[in-house]
Amino acid sequence: MSKTLLMQGNKAVAEGAVAAGAEFFGGYPITPSTEIAEELSALLPTIGGTFIQMEDEIAGIGVALGASLTGKKVMTATSGPGFSLKQELIGYAALAEIPIVIVNVQRVGPSTGQPTAPAQGDVMQARWGTHGDHPIIVLTPASVPECFRLTVRAYELSEKYRTPVILLMDEIIGHMREKVQLPAYDSIPKPERKKPLGPPEEYRAYSGAQTDLVPPMAAFGQGRRWHVTGLIHDEYGFPDGSGKATQELLDRLFAKINNHLDDIVETEEYRLDDADFALVAYGGTARAAYAAVDLARAEGVKAGLLRPITIWPLAEKQLKALGGQVKHIIVAEMNRGQYVLEVERTVAGRCPVTLYAKCNNEAIAPAELLAALQKAKQHTGGA
Amino acid sequence: MSLKIIEARCKGCGICVAFCPKQVLGISEIEKVKILNASACITCRQCETRCPDFAIFITEPVPTP
Amino acid sequence: MFMEQLIEKYFRPGRLPHIWCPGCANGIITGALVKAIYRTGLDKDNIAVVSGIGCSSRASGYLDFNTVHSAHGRALPFATGIKLAAPQMTVIVITGDGDAAAIGGNHFIHAARRNIDLTVLLYNNNTYGMTGGQYSPLTPTNSKASTAPYGTVDRPFDLAALARGAGATFAARGSAFHAPMLVDLILSGIRHKGFSLVEAVASCPISYGRQNKLGDAPAMLKWQRDHAVPAAAYEKLNDEQKADKFPIGVLHQADAPEYTEEYAKIIARARKEGGH
Repeated sequence: MSKTLLMQGNKAVAEGAVAAGAEFFGGYPITPSTEIAEELSALLPTIGGTFIQMEDEIAGIGVALGASLTGKKVMTATSGPGFSLKQELIGYAALAEIPIVIVNVQRVGPSTGQPTAPAQGDVMQARWGTHGDHPIIVLTPASVPECFRLTVRAYELSEKYRTPVILLMDEIIGHMREKVQLPAYDSIPKPERKKPLGPPEEYRAYSGAQTDLVPPMAAFGQGRRWHVTGLIHDEYGFPDGSGKATQELLDRLFAKINNHLDDIVETEEYRLDDADFALVAYGGTARAAYAAVDLARAEGVKAGLLRPITIWPLAEKQLKALGGQVKHIIVAEMNRGQYVLEVERTVAGRCPVTLYAKCNNEAIAPAELLAALQKAKQHTGGA
Repeated sequence: MSLKIIEARCKGCGICVAFCPKQVLGISEIEKVKILNASACITCRQCETRCPDFAIFITEPVPTP
Repeated sequence: MFMEQLIEKYFRPGRLPHIWCPGCANGIITGALVKAIYRTGLDKDNIAVVSGIGCSSRASGYLDFNTVHSAHGRALPFATGIKLAAPQMTVIVITGDGDAAAIGGNHFIHAARRNIDLTVLLYNNNTYGMTGGQYSPLTPTNSKASTAPYGTVDRPFDLAALARGAGATFAARGSAFHAPMLVDLILSGIRHKGFSLVEAVASCPISYGRQNKLGDAPAMLKWQRDHAVPAAAYEKLNDEQKADKFPIGVLHQADAPEYTEEYAKIIARARKEGGH
């Protein structure tokens, strides 16, 4: 039976995890993500799952990855400094292809920064924080209902593509309370990783022979004994020091994501159809952008919003199209300009791209974006 | 003959030679273990127990597991 | 059982020879591990072997179990996750002195504190062998290392004492020379319910022995023979006699609630009381 509740974003993440069939959480307390751990410490044992608070952030993701190897759907959640510490094992999960959902409720950084203030300064870290080339999927919710929905979606993508998925929140969304209608959890299909078939002795944990390049993953303890390593490895998982192995493995890891961008990349368009001026905003900042679009339209500025929901991999197709449609793009973000760099690169001169940045502990307000849109119109109008 | 040597695994470290109480073993010119005096072997398993490379075995069952 | 068949049973086909240097004792210790596992009679499918990074941690790739070669220092978090999520499995951790006592030191004391049912087999070769012989937290004071050309200042951990202080309920030390005894100690560690540490004194003739003029591989094993003293006898030595000796055998054993069993009680309570 579905239920309607007033709920905080962080709690909606915990509920989404349970709804998706998660059975394991490992983590470490850190503001402003702690409520996710608190909620799951209460929820998970009621469904026979396991919560453990570890000695540090690295152990929090490590213990979850160990549990994932036994076939469980797992989560860890953190913020700012903790996200920095988890980078080591995010790379491990990407290379060893271990499904996990990692939540980062962003706060102001660098370092301890402003623990209770919102920011969106981890956009590039979410993409490139761990060392070495690797693919990653990052989702950014902009409301409490979306915290729930995208948590479930994160598990779908993580299990389907055998990859870590980052749910990149911010303090606004994590601590905001909104009405959310939760479906009956048994009505939600439980994402399942592809199971191996065939004789156990022929099992290859890293064979890309399957059409979608995602190898089936055997659960530990169920008859297929395999080797997991953070070294470049062959199809069986055994270390292989050859250049050929490096090339082939990294090619497949990227291709398994890049070949499925239409499935993975999700964006939302708001009043974009006839728009001349576009805002690009995500997460908590998108809230102000919806309002700014409405205000601008009332003032005679034909504005619209493109909201990346999947922030990585990049919504290249959508951004290119937007650049061809509008006269000006304003990227609004709570940092000193991160996502804007990718928008500029992708739009590649099709239209001007400017940044509306704010990083002073405060959320961007609709009036600020309205002013930016009006200014853009003035400039364009003069041209 | 109760000694089996898997030459491909031997790295010629000399541990088996040093701990053999009957001087059964030696190191060859290609730095692998070789049998000098098989008949002197008393199957004490000193070599098998301490070979770090799983390169030398006594081909008789272990008395108690 | 023939010993060769025993090795073939527990090693993955075609993976030998291993990567360890000539005379490295890691192979002796790994052999002792599979002999102990043979004596448990456990099904290979039900065993997980989790290692970190370093020379010893390469052992997991050779062994025919559910194996993880994790990240440097992180074997214990991975192993804890496997054990918690699949408590029916026997989980063995292979680690080294740098992996467990330096970069993984925090995980080590906390896994011991939880008394979670893991068996940690720590290959102590007193050095970072894979990177070429830098000093580790278990390198004796005044040793030479490639990062201590004038000798080390640091004092080494007594790992068994550290484990005990942190809450481990089983701590033992063996040596590669005393390989049959090491098999017994590992077997006791696996059978013990709770966190078990088995420190295996290894020898690294190439990266550590050469720098400290300790002789060749047989000489380093003979050093173990001549300096290891059974725990009970060691206790009777005076401080001067103890100075260049080390105790081997079971050094600590106690009973305490085991983590996964206690968490199962939490699940039972939550299912009864949890009104979500």
